[in-house]
Amino acid sequence: MIGETFIRVLEGNTLIVAFSFIGALVWFSYFLSAKLTRGKLHGSAIAIVGGLLLAYYGGIRTDGAMGLADIPLFAGLGVMGGAMFRDFAIIATAYGVRFDELKKAGLIGAISVIIGVVVSFSVGALVAYSFGYRDAVAISTIGAGAATYIVGPVTGTALGADSSVIALSVAAGLVKSVLVMVATPLVAGRVGLDNPHSAMIYGGLMGTTSGVAAGLAATDPKLVPYGAMTATFYTGVGCLLAPSLLFLIVRMAFEN
Amino acid sequence: MVIYGVALLAFCMLTGIFFGDLLGQLIGVQANVGGVGLSMLLLIVLVNQKNPGFNISEPTEKGINFWNAMYVPIVVAMAAKQNVVEALSSGWLAISAGIAAVAAGFLLIPLIARISPGQHHDR
Repeated sequence: MIGETFIRVLEGNTLIVAFSFIGALVWFSYFLSAKLTRGKLHGSAIAIVGGLLLAYYGGIRTDGAMGLADIPLFAGLGVMGGAMFRDFAIIATAYGVRFDELKKAGLIGAISVIIGVVVSFSVGALVAYSFGYRDAVAISTIGAGAATYIVGPVTGTALGADSSVIALSVAAGLVKSVLVMVATPLVAGRVGLDNPHSAMIYGGLMGTTSGVAAGLAATDPKLVPYGAMTATFYTGVGCLLAPSLLFLIVRMAFEN
Repeated sequence: MVIYGVALLAFCMLTGIFFGDLLGQLIGVQANVGGVGLSMLLLIVLVNQKNPGFNISEPTEKGINFWNAMYVPIVVAMAAKQNVVEALSSGWLAISAGIAAVAAGFLLIPLIARISPGQHHDR
């Protein structure tokens, strides 16, 4: 009876379960960070990797697409970690942003969004080509997926790509976003990602809002608003360029 | 009041997302173009204006800073709901494309930072 009541209470208040669960996970991660790495590896970096591992476990257990949130008890994670709360919190980080920093790096931030889309697309297209793809629609769709997992399917749908190719493009975008989360704190020092200026360039080049959001949180939370600012323009610019200009260039290269 | 800060945030978000969506429709893409970025700009402009009838009191600030502080936990929850299984089981094409795109991005950060004006290393 006690057990059943307990489960019923938890399953009736999943968002609150998510709050306490994430609280425990973050506490444990900061504990590990202090004891095992003596603070060298940021607690939030460990927490994010922990979250990804749990997402893997959830995906294996349920065959779903929402990681741990597919387990009914943890369904609240889907709300807490969903786009609505994520964007709300990102906007809140802008409070306290230094306006002159934004203005100073505004132009280069905008340029890096365009460079980021073009470079990701080209790199993804090259990989598709080296794996044997020769038709412009498939190459462009996979290239677009290397931009973000939203640009991929939007481009694939617009160009009429095969659904297996669209699935690949989503997967490429997912790999990118997960990798940005994990790798950013590890390489930040080496690429000079330690000031608002380079954070804006980083957001523009990577473009995956979730990747950038988590990557900067694990590196230096003060940089979050600068990176997020440029990253939020990336998917839109990608959806603009990939199915139009970039696709035309690919088609010219392959069909003549 | 704390709710004023939360409501101000909400107002900025709804306005920004609205214009981001309109912008997306105007340029003909099926995506929100910079809605969150526009919301952030709006918040920065609103809190920095020098209007005597509009000043951010301390409780109001708490309402904003609470969400600011919730950012990392929310991102951890976001990590826990990613489709990691699909990312890892999708085969080498998707994994290579993802890795290559990220590597190219990281390599470009110092290059672009160096050529861009406004950055002085000897500060």
